[in-house]
Amino acid sequence: MIVDFLTPYLGDQLAYFSWTLIKVLAILIPVTLCVAYLTLAERKVIGFIQLRLGPNRVGPKGLLQPFADVLKLLTKEIIIPNGANKFLFVIAPMLSLMPALAAWAVMPFADGLVLSNIDAGLLYVLAITSMGVYGVIVAGWASNSKYALIGAMRSGAQIVAYEIAMGFALVCVLMMSGSLNLTTIVETQRTSLGFLGWNLIPLFPMFVVYFISGVAETNRAPFDVAEGESEIVAGFHVEYSGTTFAVFFLAEYANMILIAALASLMFLGGWLSPIPGIPDGFGWLAAKVAFMLFFFLWFRATFPRYRYDQIMRLGWKVFIPVTIVWLVLIGVLMRMDWWPW
Amino acid sequence: MAEIKNYTMNFGPQHPAAHGVLRLVLELDGEVIERIDPHIGLLHRGTEKLAEHKTYLQSVPYMDRLDYVSMMCNEHAYVMAIEKLLGVDVPIRAQYIRVMFDEVTRILNHLLWLGAHALDVGAMTVFLYCFREREDLMDCYEAVSGARLHSAYYRPGGVYRDLPDFMPKYEASKFRNQKEINRLNENRQGSLLDFIEDFTTKFPTKVDEYETLLTDNRIWKQRTVGIGVVSPERAAALGFTGPMIRGSGVAWDLRKKQPYDAYDLVDFDVPIGTNGDCYDRYLVRIEEMRQSNRIVRQCIDWLRGNPGPVITGNTKVAPPSREDMKVNMEDLIHHFKLFTEGMHVPPGETYCAVEAPKGEFGIYLVSDGANKPYRLKIRAPGFAHLSAIDEMTRGHMIADLVAIIGTQDVVFGEIDR
Repeated sequence: MIVDFLTPYLGDQLAYFSWTLIKVLAILIPVTLCVAYLTLAERKVIGFIQLRLGPNRVGPKGLLQPFADVLKLLTKEIIIPNGANKFLFVIAPMLSLMPALAAWAVMPFADGLVLSNIDAGLLYVLAITSMGVYGVIVAGWASNSKYALIGAMRSGAQIVAYEIAMGFALVCVLMMSGSLNLTTIVETQRTSLGFLGWNLIPLFPMFVVYFISGVAETNRAPFDVAEGESEIVAGFHVEYSGTTFAVFFLAEYANMILIAALASLMFLGGWLSPIPGIPDGFGWLAAKVAFMLFFFLWFRATFPRYRYDQIMRLGWKVFIPVTIVWLVLIGVLMRMDWWPW
Repeated sequence: MAEIKNYTMNFGPQHPAAHGVLRLVLELDGEVIERIDPHIGLLHRGTEKLAEHKTYLQSVPYMDRLDYVSMMCNEHAYVMAIEKLLGVDVPIRAQYIRVMFDEVTRILNHLLWLGAHALDVGAMTVFLYCFREREDLMDCYEAVSGARLHSAYYRPGGVYRDLPDFMPKYEASKFRNQKEINRLNENRQGSLLDFIEDFTTKFPTKVDEYETLLTDNRIWKQRTVGIGVVSPERAAALGFTGPMIRGSGVAWDLRKKQPYDAYDLVDFDVPIGTNGDCYDRYLVRIEEMRQSNRIVRQCIDWLRGNPGPVITGNTKVAPPSREDMKVNMEDLIHHFKLFTEGMHVPPGETYCAVEAPKGEFGIYLVSDGANKPYRLKIRAPGFAHLSAIDEMTRGHMIADLVAIIGTQDVVFGEIDR
């Protein structure tokens, strides 16, 4: 092991610390790169849906566009509005990004390939991702702008409604697999039938609820009322510029990838191959995540935006009852041993 | 107990949904709108006053810049007012050309409205689809007048010139190879009429495309059904015209009620709504695009078979032909007088209105017999519609306000004038 290799030079503690740091970087750097290219993919996909070409000037086929964007944002001035709470104003984007990245700690990429394989993995993910909204609320409050405050209030209300539905959907997964450990959740979906063994089949309504809640949680169209371009200009980040805006941007896209990855792990069998006989592997997970991400982009190009109260209605009056009914149904079926899975 | 106050918010003039320079002061109770105070005048250019200091002909381009998405319709009202005071007859071919371009303009306007409205409500893609078709229609403008937007094509007594026999074509560049250019120029080989005809055959399927994205979309319906309801009585009382009053179920259309030019010679239907909400107004405008398409097709058929003059032969109003000027002293004098002093309009006053895409666009013209109008008053449909925004929006949420601004189809060029 590399830890053993480092110990003579750095000492026990420091060697362990450095090795963890290396592993953390090995996750964070690819995630950040994925975010960069997700922004490019978004612009390209939506461009083609809208009969445009998307960015194609920077680098071959526009492939260097994300770096140009980042460079531009980094060199811009951070404007702190009058009357804003400076400390909270600057800390808010970090509050938003931190949970989006921290959740990756328990994310298994293949069998055994995980930074920390903790048993309460799912609980950890749920706890950490709900923290993300604080960044939005703090940003909205600290900006000293009425538009930002409205955006923050909308976001706060929205997150409460959808966390519950999301939580119930995940409880169903939990019941199916009998574990909170994400690796175990994937492994329990392994059968000789390929994709027929995935949680997607018995829990299809939960998958839909989870994914739509995920779209709502990440404030993506058609649930982007917290940003609400045409209504409240840019919502919570209306006063942000330069690097602080870039961090919000990064957080939003990191969250999208996270939601897509979690959906793939919990409902689409993670790294398991859909057809028996073809080897499993990280490639399958990547393909599933990309597939789910495409839906995010497709939604954005197709749907009009929900109104704030309609989102609440969908969350409270449709998703939560549906998840509760399905939860009870699954519980009863499992108890009665009528459950084929 | 803490003092509870309503939230006052400034909406615009720099706002993505302000449609230019609309400024609203909102009084909010949470997200619910209690009162709206529209502030206008940020695009005021003094068109009415300017017209008093220009000859009649020099004001035609100002009309383009009023409602800058329905250019030719504005010109139409203006030249009609002058024609009425002068008492000149417009050749029938010119009348058909005007009707055709009025309807092309209506499609142009409704396409922009549809794109902007959908964008306000959050659907991005419709906007770009609409602009694809707008591009073709702008090319028609360009072919006939040389300008894509501010055409200045109508003249008192007819139109500036006959329809061209060719269309402008794309040229190969380092970004587009010859094959692509050939594909783009495929429908540009014939005359302008061929090009418009090709457009009209394709256009209904394009409208179907927009409808697929919106008409039965649950979110679109949730956002527009029951929003900004105006009863037929209130619509009439508030001075609504055009699709705004037709959406409320009143079959009021100047093209039918007081036909001008060749509108009594073409066949078309006037769609009306039932509930008077944003969704009905959306459906009315969509159907109007289809009806306009129908009118354009009828005009093309007529124009193909009936060549003739396109501007009056009265040389006190329209310039004489170049050939006559070379041999005829009288014509030379007329030409000189027209382009220096301009035409003199007999004293009198008149009101002329056209059914512009947004509603009744009227020109009230007072002449004292000089070569300039004594007074020109513009009746802009958008002004009456915007005045009703407080009534339409009260009790709705901020998101609905955006939908209502969209459905009113306000353009500040005409409201602020």
